[in-house]
Amino acid sequence: MAEASTTSLADSFAIQWRVIRALFLRELITRFGRDNLGVLWLVGEPMLFTLGVTTLWSLAGLAHKGSGIPIVAFAVTGYSSVLMWRNSASQCTHAIEGNRPLLFHRSVQAIDVCLARIALEVTGATGSFIFLSSFFTYLGWMQPPDNIALVIEGWLMLAWFGASLALLIGAACVFSDLVHRLWQPVSYILFPMSGAAFMVDWMPKKMQGLVLYLPMVHGVELLRHGYFGTVVKTHYDLGYMAGFCLVLTLCAVYLVRVAGHRIEF
Amino acid sequence: MLSLEHVSKSYDTRHGRRQILKDISFTLARGRNIGILGRNGAGKSTLIRLISGAERPTSGRIRRGMRVSWPLAFAGTFAQHLTGLDNLKFVCRVYNVNYKTVLPFVEDFTELGPQLREPVMHYSHGMSARLAFALSMAIEFDCFLIDEAMVVGDARFHARCNDELFKKRKDRAFILVTHNAAQIREHCENAVVLCEGELLQFPTVAAAYDFYTSMPVAAPQIGAR
Repeated sequence: MAEASTTSLADSFAIQWRVIRALFLRELITRFGRDNLGVLWLVGEPMLFTLGVTTLWSLAGLAHKGSGIPIVAFAVTGYSSVLMWRNSASQCTHAIEGNRPLLFHRSVQAIDVCLARIALEVTGATGSFIFLSSFFTYLGWMQPPDNIALVIEGWLMLAWFGASLALLIGAACVFSDLVHRLWQPVSYILFPMSGAAFMVDWMPKKMQGLVLYLPMVHGVELLRHGYFGTVVKTHYDLGYMAGFCLVLTLCAVYLVRVAGHRIEF
Repeated sequence: MLSLEHVSKSYDTRHGRRQILKDISFTLARGRNIGILGRNGAGKSTLIRLISGAERPTSGRIRRGMRVSWPLAFAGTFAQHLTGLDNLKFVCRVYNVNYKTVLPFVEDFTELGPQLREPVMHYSHGMSARLAFALSMAIEFDCFLIDEAMVVGDARFHARCNDELFKKRKDRAFILVTHNAAQIREHCENAVVLCEGELLQFPTVAAAYDFYTSMPVAAPQIGAR
């Protein structure tokens, strides 16, 4: 299996950066085209989803009575977090198979096509989150974040979790179509449990222990701790989430490598 | 220098493991060339994919001491919804080339005119092939991989390809795989024959040519890749 490598590590990074950038731009045009809003849909699409969910939750009055959390901010922080892990993974289910011909270019590797799609999703979700929270803050429907550093920390943790999950799902899809079929219902079921639509503190003690097994719950709690400050009581363990993400990343990177070698033309 | 050391390739099929290439070794120095003759299903395209790095050998080692192209005129990497120009930009970004420097050549060679800015899905086979070939020529390689089965087009296109490749770039190395013995005799200084996954070496092109043309026609192979 050995391939003689005469490329230095720095060169390898330069090549990979170039390849991911090229794939990112290609993917951007392929998905959103140049008609009407064009690439602005990268941010517009997740924004519409978030807006829709925010409207629904506001009408349903989902926020806990007397919790002191404004519903708009609750929905925007919650649904934006879901976008981070769910869309990255969903977009990666066909990433390797769909871009198989591109692997004909030696420097384009299976991991690059996944990372390009993940970068696209993270960019879109981040843009949507920043735009909506700024806009609602301007309207006075949302307060500015209490501690922006914690918000960024929570956001980055969610991005890390989303990226490692997406890599794992993307690679696993090469081995079996079943993964793609199962991912849709699994992500659907995970959504209500992901901490987007509740605060851990609202749950009975027993349930809290259970939902806190899910790594993204820690990320959302951290994000909301940063956003709302001490108005809410949050439960999260950054060490647990980081450990989970680290193991997931290692498994994912290994699996993508094996998957890349398995690809046949 | 490009070298293959004991390269083998097998695929898992529904009928068990099938070995396509068996213990292939050869080297190619800068500026030299080699023709690989083989009938359909002999493993020519598999060998080209391994040399290009698109696929990895099951065992053995491939060393690329020079810049090796992707299989020439391979149009399969085009995104159909993107324009020809977008596809050009993508390839240029991957290979670190400023597309503006190669655009005049691509426009001239493809003769696509305004069509270059139309989605590739509206192109004919010939137009795609011209664009694919022009892209391969736009990137600087030391060694070109030519899979004859992939090159389509009319006589004029063939003549222009030959001109670009064998005249303007005659200082480069290339590997030409084909089932057409006459082509190897015309362009190559060395020739080998790929037969049932094994590479047979010959002292001269003429010897390879004679052997290949007198080979009994094998029964058609099922599942040729």
